[in-house]
Amino acid sequence: MNPPIRVLVAKPGLDGHDRGAKVIARALRDAGMEVIYTGLRQTPEMIVNAALQEDVQVIGLSILSGAHNAIVPRVMELLREKDMTDVQVIVGGIVPDEDAEALKQQGVAAVFQPGASLDAIVDFIRGSVYGSKADSFD
Amino acid sequence: MAVAGKQFTTLSGVPIEPLYEPEQLRGFDPARDLAIPGEFPYTRGIHESMYRGRLWTMRQFSGFATPEETNRRYHYLLQQGQTGLSVAFDLPTLMGYDADHALSEGEVGKCGASISSLEDMEILFRGIPLSEVTVSMTINSPAAVLWAMYLAVAEQQGADWKALSGTIQNDILKEYIAQKEYIFPPRPSMRLVTDTIEFGARHTPRFNPISISGYHIREAGSTAVQELAFTLRDGIEYVEWALERGMEIDEFAPRLSFFFNAHNDFFEEIAKYRAARKLWAHVMRDRFEAKEERSLKLRFHSQTAGCSLTWQQPYNNVVRTAIQALAAVLGGTQSLHTNSLDEAYALPSEQAVTIALRTQQILGYESGVANTPDPLGGSYFLERLTLDTEMAAQDYFRRIDEMGGMISAIEKGFPQSEIANASYAYQRAVEGKEKIVVGVNAFQSEDQPIELLQIDHTAEEHQEKKLAALRGRRDNGRVRKTLSVLRCAAEGTENTMPLILDAVRAYATLGEICDAFRDVFGSYQETAHI
Repeated sequence: MNPPIRVLVAKPGLDGHDRGAKVIARALRDAGMEVIYTGLRQTPEMIVNAALQEDVQVIGLSILSGAHNAIVPRVMELLREKDMTDVQVIVGGIVPDEDAEALKQQGVAAVFQPGASLDAIVDFIRGSVYGSKADSFD
Repeated sequence: MAVAGKQFTTLSGVPIEPLYEPEQLRGFDPARDLAIPGEFPYTRGIHESMYRGRLWTMRQFSGFATPEETNRRYHYLLQQGQTGLSVAFDLPTLMGYDADHALSEGEVGKCGASISSLEDMEILFRGIPLSEVTVSMTINSPAAVLWAMYLAVAEQQGADWKALSGTIQNDILKEYIAQKEYIFPPRPSMRLVTDTIEFGARHTPRFNPISISGYHIREAGSTAVQELAFTLRDGIEYVEWALERGMEIDEFAPRLSFFFNAHNDFFEEIAKYRAARKLWAHVMRDRFEAKEERSLKLRFHSQTAGCSLTWQQPYNNVVRTAIQALAAVLGGTQSLHTNSLDEAYALPSEQAVTIALRTQQILGYESGVANTPDPLGGSYFLERLTLDTEMAAQDYFRRIDEMGGMISAIEKGFPQSEIANASYAYQRAVEGKEKIVVGVNAFQSEDQPIELLQIDHTAEEHQEKKLAALRGRRDNGRVRKTLSVLRCAAEGTENTMPLILDAVRAYATLGEICDAFRDVFGSYQETAHI
């Protein structure tokens, strides 16, 4: 039996639309994960520090304002600086396909666009943390 | 054929009976519960002839990148037959930061127009006579500042403030509840709102100083009843603050306006608008003893539901929007924004916004639904739904009154958790396919690519340069003086509007003015719950 996956759900930037972040946080918690929600208006520095202190395996960034190209690369850079590249970063929100590709090339594990199912997100996180064991996790 | 065991509910989860007949309307009194359009309690509409007199105002919410680009879009929309303007500001503006603030990086012009000073506001309305066009501005925490900029532009154009007609959203309570674009704590924010209501009653008698909004509450995932109940209860809170200030109810109540969502469930939405009018008329007459008829009439803007738009198969959004807009019209809206098909992706392209505007024109000029007021009045189903919606909202009023009012309820996290529970329940229902979203959890197919509006970083650079030039050019001694006077006023109890106007006229920036308030009022941090 694996220990519970620890996830930081974060809302960077000035965007206050927290419906998605809260729904995801609850869904991950219902799926047995330990979820820390940062609340609104977190800078990349605050997010990476929280991830370090909370010793999470996954950071979920929710961005609906279009500012992802300014915010996400900074988070990735800070993770590299702090030698935390083992932390998986997933992004959810309004991110066009071409931006999603660019973010993945910078090390983002997955980008979930509007309409993504909660189960798909849960499965992805399990798979990315526990690899092939994900199938037998339940 | 009925499916055994299948539950029929509204989008908000209200159960629906197999058939509605006179039986379901026992106790319903048309004279008391409906009356005729234009008469108390206005269930059927606030005007006797409704759209036979004049169609609703077709008002597309619009703003992106720089004020220069947004000004060009406004001229385009007015040429296309739009009848009013509605300004969308970007996130830095909504949060009271200038375009050159560190926290504005990457956000300038992304979600709306970037406005940092009176200079930007002058550009935004260049060539648009403010004495003729009604303008609505979606601005909340720094609403007093943006409104002061607007009034200063009107002044420059030689327009009489008494003739200006338009709306500032200025509804801070729903920011704490749902939209989360707050700057200061609730009580000083309420003081600023009350300052604008008082200033408006004296100087701009045709301008709505507030648009009490359920739209964002619904977008955050509430049910229809929660949207209605929290919005009207917010309205009660604003009224109480204005009365506390010493104003007479009929002095300001006629200029309180409302803003509701137009979501997918057709009848539920129409019932919501009808119940809203009836509830507010009773609140104003019975709770606040308003005498003037205009105080009793709930006037509202509506916008189709952004959260209902899908990323998948985006052309389907045209159909969703048309049905939602029809509900708003049958519900008696005073003005309407129809979303564009591409808004799950980005701010709308010119082509997409034109289809959205044409949707309203087709409803208004082709469909025939505007030919008679409240054409669905008397429907067994709709009247039952209207009564049930009204009663469920009253139940929320009671609970919030018992908590000591809306600010206490917000501090307890009550509306926030009600909404979060509803939104999670809905998402679970979508996940379980109990609620079908066409193209998302059923009827999937390959997406058709669409052309999107792109906003690049040049908007940010342009705004930063303009701001640097302004800071170098203006009389900085005068700016400092007006800001220090404003800071003193904020510490006291006088109305801040005249002093905000002085600062704005001196070209103090939005960020500088909000910083003066931040110094005195502090900033608000919510306790985040999941």
